[in-house]
Amino acid sequence: MNIEKAILAIITTKKELVAGGAPIFICNNKNDLERIAANLEAITDGIAHALGEELYIIVKH
Amino acid sequence: MNEYTTAIVFGAVFGTLVRIMMLRTDYRQYPTYLHGKIIHISLGFIAASLGALAIPAILEEQYTAVTLLTVAATQFRDVRNMERNTLNEVDQYELVSRGKTYIEGIAISFESRNYLVIATSFITTLVYIIGGPVYSIVSFVICLILAKILMSGSTLKDIVDIEYHPLRFDGAGLYVDNIYIMNIGLKERQEEILKYGMGFILTPKDMNIVTTIANLGQRQAILHDISVALGVFRDSGTPALTPLIKRDLDDGRLGVFILPQVRDVDKAKEIIGAVPVLESAIRMPLKSKKHNKEVNSDEY
Repeated sequence: MNIEKAILAIITTKKELVAGGAPIFICNNKNDLERIAANLEAITDGIAHALGEELYIIVKH
Repeated sequence: MNEYTTAIVFGAVFGTLVRIMMLRTDYRQYPTYLHGKIIHISLGFIAASLGALAIPAILEEQYTAVTLLTVAATQFRDVRNMERNTLNEVDQYELVSRGKTYIEGIAISFESRNYLVIATSFITTLVYIIGGPVYSIVSFVICLILAKILMSGSTLKDIVDIEYHPLRFDGAGLYVDNIYIMNIGLKERQEEILKYGMGFILTPKDMNIVTTIANLGQRQAILHDISVALGVFRDSGTPALTPLIKRDLDDGRLGVFILPQVRDVDKAKEIIGAVPVLESAIRMPLKSKKHNKEVNSDEY
């Protein structure tokens, strides 16, 4: 089986929202969240998707 | 020199001329200038010579010589393979790829144009032998017009209405009209997209077209042609800036999201309208007997 899409990273300001497989980045505030998501997007060639105000994921398409 | 020499020369020359006239390189730059063209003109000449030889061979009762045409068929199937392979290789390095369906469409038309060349030289040679050079020229003109008609398929503007719709974000979701395109998380990306992106809605004119434009290859062809003609605001490693087309499942309309470098609504509409309808994408559900039976039984 070929996995085409994968969550490369999870970025959040709310620790209790997340757990599990992908690397998790916990940020102090919204600004940090945006900055880290932007950086990770560029580094991993993925897309930063917002699942909510406090929860972003980077997905490789 | 024998009695057929001039007839064969006429046929071969006319056939090659037809090939040259069918070989247009437009903004899509394919076939590539010079070397690509030389390949196709040479192959066209070979096709023309084969077509021109058939009639004298029959008249001389050399019937087996006609089997040479089967060699031609094999030869031109290879043309299709060659085109397909080259385009597939190159496609990986396009910012917005052509897609397999488009490539197949191009390859098919290259093969079929060679058969049109064979037919032309076959006919012009035959007419030359029967009626002389003047009639041969007349038949050449007729063949040329026929070839032009046969080679030009329909374009998107014949089958859909194209409308401009500004892009909008609903939370992180990017929309064209009511059609969801994708989720963009970062604020700066969203601003970029609103600044550089454009949205279009393609409304199909009937049931057949709903299925035709739903084809993924057809959609990719639209995106490719737009980004060739208007440029594209993206680079490798920026998957968030990917032009996309999504479909409204209710009525089959397409939401086109593009990131052109030239943001001119009228030009973009024209380019979308000029995208060829790909042969392998065309479906005719309205022609199915089952479908018509149901429609009729509803009516009566």
